[in-house]
Amino acid sequence: MSQDPQHPTDPIALRATGITKNFGPVRALKGVELELRAGEVTALMGENGAGKSTLLKILNGDYRPDDGELIIDGRPVVFTDPADARAAGLRVIAQEPEIIAAVSVAENIFVGNLGTVGFNRRALLRRTREELKRWGFDRVIRAEALGSSLSPAQRQIVEIMRAVVSRPRIICFDEPTSSLGDDEVGLLFALIRQLQTEGIAIAYVSHRMAEIFRLADRITVLRDGAFVGTKRVDETSHEELVRMMVGRDLSQFFHRDPAPLGDTVLELRGVGNQFVDGIDLTVRAGEVVGIAGLVGAGRSELMKTIAGDYTVTSGEIVISGQARRIRQPADSIRAGIGFAPEERKAEALLLQRSVRDNAALVVLKSVSRWIFVDNRAERALAQEYVTRLRIRTPSTEQLVGNLSGGNQQKVVLARWLATKPKLLLLDEPTRGIDVGAKSEIYAIIDELAHQGVAVVVVSSELPEVLGVSDRIYVMAGGRIAGELPRADATEERILALAMDDEVLA
Amino acid sequence: MSSTTRKDIPVTTTGTAASTSPAASSATPPQGEQEHDRVSPFKRVVSAIGVQNISLIIAIALVVAIIGIQNPLFFTVPNLKVIGTAIAIVGLLAVVQTIVIILGALDISVGSIAGLTSVASAMIFTATSSAALGVLGAVAIGVACGLVNGCIIVFGRVNPVIATLATLAAFKGIAQLISDGRAQGYTGADPFFVFLARGTLLGIPTLIWVLIVVAVLAHVVLRYTTIGRNIYAVGGNNIASRLGGININRYIIGVYMVTGAVAAIAGVLITARTGSGQPISGSEGLELQAITAAALGGAALKGGKGAIAGTILAVILLGVLTNGMTLIGVNTFWQNVAQGTLLVVAVVIQQLRSGERRIGIPG
Repeated sequence: MSQDPQHPTDPIALRATGITKNFGPVRALKGVELELRAGEVTALMGENGAGKSTLLKILNGDYRPDDGELIIDGRPVVFTDPADARAAGLRVIAQEPEIIAAVSVAENIFVGNLGTVGFNRRALLRRTREELKRWGFDRVIRAEALGSSLSPAQRQIVEIMRAVVSRPRIICFDEPTSSLGDDEVGLLFALIRQLQTEGIAIAYVSHRMAEIFRLADRITVLRDGAFVGTKRVDETSHEELVRMMVGRDLSQFFHRDPAPLGDTVLELRGVGNQFVDGIDLTVRAGEVVGIAGLVGAGRSELMKTIAGDYTVTSGEIVISGQARRIRQPADSIRAGIGFAPEERKAEALLLQRSVRDNAALVVLKSVSRWIFVDNRAERALAQEYVTRLRIRTPSTEQLVGNLSGGNQQKVVLARWLATKPKLLLLDEPTRGIDVGAKSEIYAIIDELAHQGVAVVVVSSELPEVLGVSDRIYVMAGGRIAGELPRADATEERILALAMDDEVLA
Repeated sequence: MSSTTRKDIPVTTTGTAASTSPAASSATPPQGEQEHDRVSPFKRVVSAIGVQNISLIIAIALVVAIIGIQNPLFFTVPNLKVIGTAIAIVGLLAVVQTIVIILGALDISVGSIAGLTSVASAMIFTATSSAALGVLGAVAIGVACGLVNGCIIVFGRVNPVIATLATLAAFKGIAQLISDGRAQGYTGADPFFVFLARGTLLGIPTLIWVLIVVAVLAHVVLRYTTIGRNIYAVGGNNIASRLGGININRYIIGVYMVTGAVAAIAGVLITARTGSGQPISGSEGLELQAITAAALGGAALKGGKGAIAGTILAVILLGVLTNGMTLIGVNTFWQNVAQGTLLVVAVVIQQLRSGERRIGIPG
């Protein structure tokens, strides 16, 4: 095909054929095909566990395939580590980038390549500013800012800059927008368009259908580690893609009828601390309240304040009509509040322990006699929620670390449902979860509301907030920027409020 | 466009149906599922005992075989008692060290606490002629030392290694100050101390009984109680534990206090065996042996993982090895080299098995 690798005439920048990868008895990939064309965006879709991450790790040189071939510019390549992939002009953008806390953005971007800029700090900063400006990120991130001061969105931008400054021929994005607010998403899309015009081949992994239809030229779908097919974007539809991914219908999603409302369960009166300011908010029994806002608006911080992880310094938290002093998470649990944090693995799960241990963590006393854990009662408790929430696991003894993201999230939900909470705080409950598990989580939320639980859902995905909530608060800059009943809420209105007095980090 | 076959993954037949809805279960096969129905009985036994423990048992058998061939004295009852009493003291410290490590911390001051409480028990006994007061005083001092460690770590925000490295020096200094650097008191005539050192129950030396009782208690607490579960939880993910309502500060301070108390019992045993309070000799270097045993026994230095059974097996292995090297006539200095090597090997194996990438300073 290509005669001279220096001057590729083949529009196919990367071709992967028959890629197979086994982990012990588990077949992660079997015979996967992927083509990335210069100047095109190829979206890679599939449920969690479909093999997208494994494929990206193979492209990045983290894993070696057991079978199959990678061809870049017509030449077969073998990567033994990420440096090989980089040398071949292929970069994979990490979803959760490693950022060095103690040095600046400039050093973080050029880490490992400082020699190419020279060791002169002024030159490094100048070069960094040029690059940030060239790719349109100069307004949202400063070259001098310390790594430790960066928001998740800015960290993602640093990771993207690391790739683009080396002028690769192929870039793979792994759910780049999952930590970005709508503003940064716009910048990212502009960047991707720019990369396209420069003839770079792009792979784009995402769960967000809207994004994919906006960006992609082609869509490759994987399912259970196998290649399902590749479609041109103009020849397919949402429904077809979902069918390819899961073999299920779209109509299952966002199935929520409002439940009858009960008494006010949670009332915040002017709550403030170092993260949020003057928050007034109410949630009633049976109500699902959405909290929207850009990344950095203080939504997660507000959740952690209600959950007792951060201290309230002004105002009061009233639960079922009673002002409560919540100084630590144990206080909020006693008040009937459950909290599923955004960072599932880092803040919620004991990955090395079983589903049973994780589910019973908070209610351990209820399945114990004096200090002795009654294993049978505990297993029964776990099994009850495994069945009820349809947690897909071989048994309650399976290590949580071995489950998929959606099932891990259900284990977190199980832990809190076991406490019979009055109020459930869910921070990004479907982040990084495949469509199938997402709709199941929506169903659980709906069911809980009908049982009279008050639910707060923080989400960065506007369709999710709109679909799941009865009422929506929009936050900006640590404050409530506005409140919208379900009937009046639209993406545009939420965005308008969210960006109202938004000062980007 | 092809609809691919998905039947080539064997469908498991585990009795507990993960999903009750036929619609859901047919749409997505359970994820992360392994073959359960074709596990051989051999594999079952292996997984019940644990690969780590089986490796230790094999290692002990090998060492015993090699040394037994070289020196038949090894198998004599007196020698087995020597091994047993030798491992009792380090065994106590290894058991509590395992708990500390599961919690995600480390206590390198245990040897110094043992030394300090050894001197203190002998001095209190000499002053009051009461063995009970001597033991109680020692345990109280041990608990206080643990409280100091815990408070430095929790409220001073000092890394456990640094905090207990500091108190390792400080407690040793206090032991030397109150004893003037010499052995103190004489307990060799007191029946209780003599019973501790040389007595037997059902033919088993008292020293070993003490280890058995402490080890069984630790095992039961870790394995079967809410306290033990929460220790694993804190070590596995302290943020999740805090958000789950566990008072993690209380656990950290509590575990260090228990560690101090058990180190004090070890100190009393040192006093009993030597007949006097020993500020340094008898306890120096025990922290290294305790940590080595815990690591060899499979306790993950990152926390959240480990078990008393493994630690006890590792203590036996170390005891047999030390005894055997002495019997064969290996220079004692080499025994230190062997100790250090074992600790490194144990941790290296642990890290490699966890699949950590070989980059930078390990977390």
